[in-house]
Amino acid sequence: MAFLFVFQNAEAKTIDVCKECNSTTIQKGIDKSSAGDTIRIASGIYYEHNILIDKPITVVGIDMPTVDGEEQGGIFSISADGVSLIGLKVINVGVSFTSDFAAVYLSRCSDFTLKNLVLEDLFFGFLIEKSSNGLVEGNKIIGEAKDEYNSGNGIHLWYSNNIKIYNNHIEGVRDGIYLEFADTIDVKRNVSKNNLRYGLHFMFSNNDEYSENIFQNNGAGVAVMFSKHIRMYKNEFRDNWGTASFGLLLKEINDLEVIDNTFSNNTIAISVEGANRVNYRSNTFSSNGWAIKVRGACYSNRFQANEFLNNSFDLSYNSRINDNLFEGNYWSQYSGYDLDRDGVGDVPYRPVKLFSYIVNRTPEAIVLLRSLFIDIIDFSEKVSPVFTPDELKDEKPLMKPL
Amino acid sequence: MLKVLKYSFYDLGRSRWSYIYFCFYLALGFVLLFLNNDLSKAIITLMNVIIVLVPLIGTIFGVMYYYNSVEFTELLLAQPIKRRNIFLGQYLGISISLSLSLLLGIGIPFMIYGLLKSAAIFDFFLLLLTGAFLTFIFVALAFNISLRNENKIKGFGYAVLLWLFLAVIYDGIFLMSLMVFEDYPLDKFSLIGTLLNPIDLSRTLILLKLDISALMGYTGAVFKNFFGTSSGMIISIVSLFLWIIFPVFAFVLKARTKDF
Amino acid sequence: MIKVEGVKKQFNKNPVLIGLDVEIKEGDVVAILGPNGSGKTTLIKSILGMVVPDSGIITVKGESNRKDSSYRNQIDYLPQIANFPANLKVAELLKMINDIRGGSVREKELIATFGIEPFLNKKLSKLSGGTKQKVNIVLAFMFDSPILILDEPTTGLDPLALIKLKVLIEEEKAKGKTILITSHIMSFVEEVANRIIFLLEGKTYFNGSLEEIKSQTKQADLEHAIATFLEKEYA
Repeated sequence: MAFLFVFQNAEAKTIDVCKECNSTTIQKGIDKSSAGDTIRIASGIYYEHNILIDKPITVVGIDMPTVDGEEQGGIFSISADGVSLIGLKVINVGVSFTSDFAAVYLSRCSDFTLKNLVLEDLFFGFLIEKSSNGLVEGNKIIGEAKDEYNSGNGIHLWYSNNIKIYNNHIEGVRDGIYLEFADTIDVKRNVSKNNLRYGLHFMFSNNDEYSENIFQNNGAGVAVMFSKHIRMYKNEFRDNWGTASFGLLLKEINDLEVIDNTFSNNTIAISVEGANRVNYRSNTFSSNGWAIKVRGACYSNRFQANEFLNNSFDLSYNSRINDNLFEGNYWSQYSGYDLDRDGVGDVPYRPVKLFSYIVNRTPEAIVLLRSLFIDIIDFSEKVSPVFTPDELKDEKPLMKPL
Repeated sequence: MLKVLKYSFYDLGRSRWSYIYFCFYLALGFVLLFLNNDLSKAIITLMNVIIVLVPLIGTIFGVMYYYNSVEFTELLLAQPIKRRNIFLGQYLGISISLSLSLLLGIGIPFMIYGLLKSAAIFDFFLLLLTGAFLTFIFVALAFNISLRNENKIKGFGYAVLLWLFLAVIYDGIFLMSLMVFEDYPLDKFSLIGTLLNPIDLSRTLILLKLDISALMGYTGAVFKNFFGTSSGMIISIVSLFLWIIFPVFAFVLKARTKDF
Repeated sequence: MIKVEGVKKQFNKNPVLIGLDVEIKEGDVVAILGPNGSGKTTLIKSILGMVVPDSGIITVKGESNRKDSSYRNQIDYLPQIANFPANLKVAELLKMINDIRGGSVREKELIATFGIEPFLNKKLSKLSGGTKQKVNIVLAFMFDSPILILDEPTTGLDPLALIKLKVLIEEEKAKGKTILITSHIMSFVEEVANRIIFLLEGKTYFNGSLEEIKSQTKQADLEHAIATFLEKEYA
């Protein structure tokens, strides 16, 4: 492998693309190149689309040259392994209802690098199919999506695996990052905001990890559906407001780790439907409408050492059955006492309130939130639960935030 | 009117009730801050307390003051002062003094705990504003009750009933009717129901601040427009003003024809 | 000076005044007499604007008393039951009324006359009935208004104070003021009044001079004259 690399390097040459060079277009430069070459694109505007990269080369922009597709279709199309695309501004991707035009399209590639690219006025940003072992890093994707039906996703992975998605900034597209049948993907330190639908969307993708990302003001933050073994660490989910808006949606999920995340000012911080064996630990939920809304059957989930701060509702549950564990969390609405001074409240906390049931049934009743009457019925329900699961309680509520 | 206001104020300044009220809020502020040490959480708790307690104290105090100052009123009535000014002066005297007790009572502990450097300062002002609105509204309602009832016991009874109705019973009926008619679109109804009760109205101001995330979960367009834009805040504040203006107008009108 | 025309008033369906007509001229010293509940205080309060008549017109110096409150600048009033704000001290009360109304002319002199200095720093709620009445008198007489309305001015006064009160009233009479008095002490009325208005069941039963009432009833003094009226009516 090392030998091959050195060998290739020895043969490699650099081809310049500029208005006065031999190659005046990027496509001409690529056509002249052979495997291992580097193509240097001088700054300027290049009106090109359907640029085909079919050999392992590196395409580098000097001082961010602009590639303008004039809305004719896709712009880069990569179909070889070992391609690097670095430092370009790619604008005006065509919009189509029949083809998924992308600023950069990869199909059956491995060992690719997409780095420091700026994509604007796009349909799809990176459309990556059946590829593996790639790096998507430090890109900026700015769309102006208005409707879901004629907009595409920022980073779209389909049947791909072992890809690192680091430090990208994505906004104004349909889904910021979309993973379908994508396994062992590492999504780290990205910012995904103001997107029409989801900040990050998982479908049928397993063994992925995402951490330290920020998901802000999207139609909804992150949706994880029909997936297994996902790990989520230290992400921030903020300001996802709206009907059926949530920070994180878990649907038909097994074996998840949700640790050290922060959820603030979301209509629903986590919406859970049919999720089993999920560990929620050390997360902070602050000022959300609903911190956790559980629908349908969810078994063997553990909520431990989380902080629930000033949420309108800490937990909403639509069934009377509970098989989940709540233990050692801090609940800002807890009003118990700690006589033995061990930092743990002496009476259990019941996070499900009767009023959350009423609001589920009659949504308009939300205007009565925090009214004395509601406090009274909540209190009586707390004393003798009739509608809320009797055994659903945190036996060891913390007295102080963590 | 200013002179009447001055003397009512002066009179209240010596009433021990003003001090009891002031001390109550002072104690409440300190206790909450001592227990939480967290300004924003203390503010939330205080909001819940204020919305219920300020109307109660406003009505009881208003009725009590009126009955206790009948002599003062009669003395003033023989003087060359307009009736309207006598009652408005007394009304403003008591409302302002109660609002001041509230302001100082909870302001002092919060100042000591570093309110000015805190991000919660806007919430705190909203709290005070709401408290002041409720004081002015319920003192005006109290004047209406006491001007219409010579009998002190009856007057106090009505005052407590009024408070109980607006603070608790109204919301109960409101919730029932929402649940009974849940098959119909109710977003307008629920907003109107809110505007018709000053306690609910002030609660809305607080919801707008604390629970906007939850409110945005509801689908209705009217709802969304109300809570999602500044119109909710504006409509609520305008309605609160109307809730002051109408009762004041009503008691001034009643005072014009009342015999002493 | 004061004209009461066709004034009717009922409280809770109890008629108190039923079409009352009274005219009081400048310089008159009128005693309004009548049995309990005959409407004396209601009449006075109607003139002062504290009671709003159901119908009829009251004018003071030609101006309706419903229009505006400034006519009360012309009136000094001594209420029947001296109720004062309990939290105030005597000095503060005097200062306050002075502040509201302005232009007291003989406050100090009156305080001295009735010996109120020792009480100036006491709260009104701590005063005896007599002392309260003295404060009441000071308040009524300290302004120099053309009309003086005294509702039971003698209540609770000791003989010395009573003499001083009579002297005060004589002084005001000499200044040509219009004075309205109600009282149950007939000898007092006889001494100070020159006209009597006798109210019975909400109507003017008699309106004339002291001499006229005596000659009409053929009695030597007012007390018996009034008693004759009542006997005649209720016999």
